[in-house]
Amino acid sequence: MGYEPQADFGTPAASAEAEVTLTIDGRAVTVPTGTSVMRASAECGGAIPKLCATDSLQAFGSCRLCLVEIDGMRGTPASCTTPVAPGMVVHTQTPRLAKLRRSVMELYISDHPLDCLTCSANGDCELEDAAAAVGLRDVRYGQGGANHLAASADASNPYFAFDPAKCIVCSRCVRACDEVQGTFALSIDGRGFASAVGAGQAGDDFLSSECVSCGACVAACPTAALNEKAVAEIGLPERAVVTTCAYCGVGCTFRAEMKGEQLVRMVPWKDGKANHGHSCVKGRFAWGYANHKDRVLGPMIREGVDQPWREVGWDEALQFTADRLAAIKARHGARALGGITSSRCTNEETFLVQKLVRAGFGSNNVDTCARVCHSPTGYGLKTTFGTSAGTQDFDSVMDADVILVIGANPTDAHPVFASQMKRRLRQGARLIVIDPRRTDLVRSPHVEAAHHLALQPGTNVAVLTAMAHVIVTEGLVDEAFVRERCEGDAYAEWARFVAEPRHSPEVLEAVTRVPAAELRAAARLYATGGNAAIYYGLGVTEHSQGSSTVMAIANLAMATGNIGRRGVGVNPLRGQNNVQGACDMGSFPHELSGYRHISDAAVRAQFEADWHVALDPEPGLRIPNMLDAALDGSFRALYVQGEDILQSDPNTHHVAAGLAAMELVIVHDLFLNETANYAHVFLPGSTFLEKDGTFTNAERRIQLVRKVMEPAAGLADWEVTQALANALGLGWSYTHPREIMAEIARLTPTFAGVSHERLDREGSLQWPVNEAHPDGSPIMHMEGFVRGKGHFVVTDYVPTDEKTGPRFPLLLTTGRILSQYNVGAQTRRTDNVLWHEEDVLEIHPTDAENRGLASGDWVRLASRTGETTLRALVTDRVAPGVVYTTFHHPETQANVVTTEFSDWATNCPEYKVTAVQVMASNGPSAWQEDYAAQAARSRRIAAEPAE
Amino acid sequence: MMDPARLAYMANQIARNFAAQGEARAVGATAQHIRDFWDPRMKAAILASDGSALDRLARAAVEQLRGG
Repeated sequence: MGYEPQADFGTPAASAEAEVTLTIDGRAVTVPTGTSVMRASAECGGAIPKLCATDSLQAFGSCRLCLVEIDGMRGTPASCTTPVAPGMVVHTQTPRLAKLRRSVMELYISDHPLDCLTCSANGDCELEDAAAAVGLRDVRYGQGGANHLAASADASNPYFAFDPAKCIVCSRCVRACDEVQGTFALSIDGRGFASAVGAGQAGDDFLSSECVSCGACVAACPTAALNEKAVAEIGLPERAVVTTCAYCGVGCTFRAEMKGEQLVRMVPWKDGKANHGHSCVKGRFAWGYANHKDRVLGPMIREGVDQPWREVGWDEALQFTADRLAAIKARHGARALGGITSSRCTNEETFLVQKLVRAGFGSNNVDTCARVCHSPTGYGLKTTFGTSAGTQDFDSVMDADVILVIGANPTDAHPVFASQMKRRLRQGARLIVIDPRRTDLVRSPHVEAAHHLALQPGTNVAVLTAMAHVIVTEGLVDEAFVRERCEGDAYAEWARFVAEPRHSPEVLEAVTRVPAAELRAAARLYATGGNAAIYYGLGVTEHSQGSSTVMAIANLAMATGNIGRRGVGVNPLRGQNNVQGACDMGSFPHELSGYRHISDAAVRAQFEADWHVALDPEPGLRIPNMLDAALDGSFRALYVQGEDILQSDPNTHHVAAGLAAMELVIVHDLFLNETANYAHVFLPGSTFLEKDGTFTNAERRIQLVRKVMEPAAGLADWEVTQALANALGLGWSYTHPREIMAEIARLTPTFAGVSHERLDREGSLQWPVNEAHPDGSPIMHMEGFVRGKGHFVVTDYVPTDEKTGPRFPLLLTTGRILSQYNVGAQTRRTDNVLWHEEDVLEIHPTDAENRGLASGDWVRLASRTGETTLRALVTDRVAPGVVYTTFHHPETQANVVTTEFSDWATNCPEYKVTAVQVMASNGPSAWQEDYAAQAARSRRIAAEPAE
Repeated sequence: MMDPARLAYMANQIARNFAAQGEARAVGATAQHIRDFWDPRMKAAILASDGSALDRLARAAVEQLRGG
């Protein structure tokens, strides 16, 4: 694919079904009602010059370049703001228009530097194009008058620069920040000639302002006023490949714009069904880790973890690994071996890893990082609805009247979807936030929650049961829906249970700390406010009752009939790019792909026939069970692809002890991560830019990942897994991930209609894609639930065993921040560290004052499992008694204080509730210093012997 | 042998979350949950334990498992 800019139709597409026929430059054109004349012209191949218009923004009508003549209409209306009408006759190119447009261009160019040959946007500048289009040959006003050419540039943002000398004040950047991103960080300061784009308040630059570096302004800018620094350094790209982002579960699609093998920029793809041309700071800009000097590009092995690494070739590394796996299997049996698939890798790669474990190792000891995030979603939604997936596509939110966000912080963790959600909220949808913290959604420009239920951490089930109590006892149940779509007996039992007086908001207020009146109002709004949609995140799942909370959410949606159509539903916001896919692919130890239990002989037989091997009918170990079993000596070898369990999993000391007890730890990753401190084999991984495959996002949307450059280490991750399988004698012969997808489709009913060829043709597909749903399923459970009738589950509130007390009086909850991602392996190796260079501890002013703490002070954070130190940030975003931090930095290792408590059904860790004490400290703890020294020792690489 | 105390804690936690369904169903659901999600060595360890660390429902569930 060569380089062509994305088409720009000038104004957004109209959605009306009714059509209008008009004539433009003598051609009959038929478009939807509400389409602008500019877009109608563009859709039939016309090119009306424009500057302030772009199709991601509403028409603005300020540049006066897109003027047209319309028969019967006076003057020369702007085509961007003029809607089409039946029988309208439009002329876009006339001598009168040419003269007007040239005059307008003269004014623009009279205050614009004429350095086109050395400008970073030369060849990619709409001003340059417009000047050419209108035939501008001279500027009568010269360059000597008052101008802005000496204005100084703002290079504070690490990824893009703002040069006001090149700004034509078209307001596209300001409108992009408002309409697309919803941050409202930019404005036009001053009036008339003094008008200038400003970021934040007076005195701010882009970096210090509220700007979230989503890049929408850069994408919208028609000149080089806002331009990527990489373009200025490297030059314009020469080819573009559409691929899928490897950060969060939104699954944005981007054009990777390349110059040879060098990535110049990632530009959000307008036709992306998940992101519609928008992006966030991570996907848009934070890809520098792909070429970071820390990447390890060759395999390494060592006999013991106290030894330095020895660099070896692929053959030696694979043989070393296979020999040891075989020896351990011979001595201790197949169940002593296991693997962990990665939610950052492709569907094809996770499928291969679980196949390697089941068919090659001979056990079902395979698990995935979803264990520590959305495994309760799998359990809860399968139990209630029949399958483990969110019910809606993202666009469904535009039909929601009430949006309930519980345990999620989408503006930080799922920012592109959050922008869409905020757009709907600005249109008037009402918002309920259930979260212990005052997240940005609670109150931000033009968005304010109708109700913020700032509950005590660990009381989700009590809050949701109290809401159900209100809905049932006040007669707000959608009885027709329940009667028709749900199991009657289970509903009756549930309704009796929640109606008990002990579940009233008034009684439960003592537990939840949510004022009863506020909770009642929120429940009434959810039940009666029109289409109501629930969005949830890890604040729901990462609790000892994570699965119960998911089922309580499903109960609420069923009871109010908010399931099975647009604008409603239950929507888990998946943390990593391919959490959904990794779960779909059979990464859990108890089930094969498509969520079918390993004990099902008929299902197992399909795989056995395809793989020519007998499978173990018993479930395998989950990650925490693997660590426990390692300590008892019955689990000895672990293959970890693309996950850093030492940093991401709870109770770091316990994880370290489990890893240290194993005979063989194989880390397959981009970097020598923390887990690699305990590894014997390091196999270099490939980035998403270096391989083909698919990711599945939070809306079950399967999208292609396309290779844009060769793997730096020589092999894509699927090839490494295949090479390991073949070293074990399995004889795999895949030549491309499309062949792996063909196997997935053959063995997985929900993927039966999926192929790379079809994805290439159609852009994306939302599973199930099969005979019953040949074109996929944007909305699930429309006619009936996957399990038949919806199943209500009684979810009794069981308090966590993690208790505060005199030693540990505060509750710690953990989360993530916009600029960083998960354990930070990728984002810490980019300029995103400018926004978050260390994890900090948020603490309420009252708790801080009691301890004599101020923002920036070192504090010791201690729980019964361990302690660490980090700096304090005093803020009332957290409630008194609650503290909050992120887990992005290994120097902090927030998980050294989290505990082994976990969800009762899935063992998903209870990250969100840890009893802690906070006190002043004078610097890093002894443990942190010891850990840093040990990590440095472990990362030694032996020098090659002299010739 | 997997840590019996840890396994007993897990079994008790499962039973406690099924308890609201009534004793008979909770015992059956707990036993089925262990059957569906526990690795054989974990099942073997809980069956080999003397049950003293198990709550009433969990103990009954383990008995049910023992019966097949």
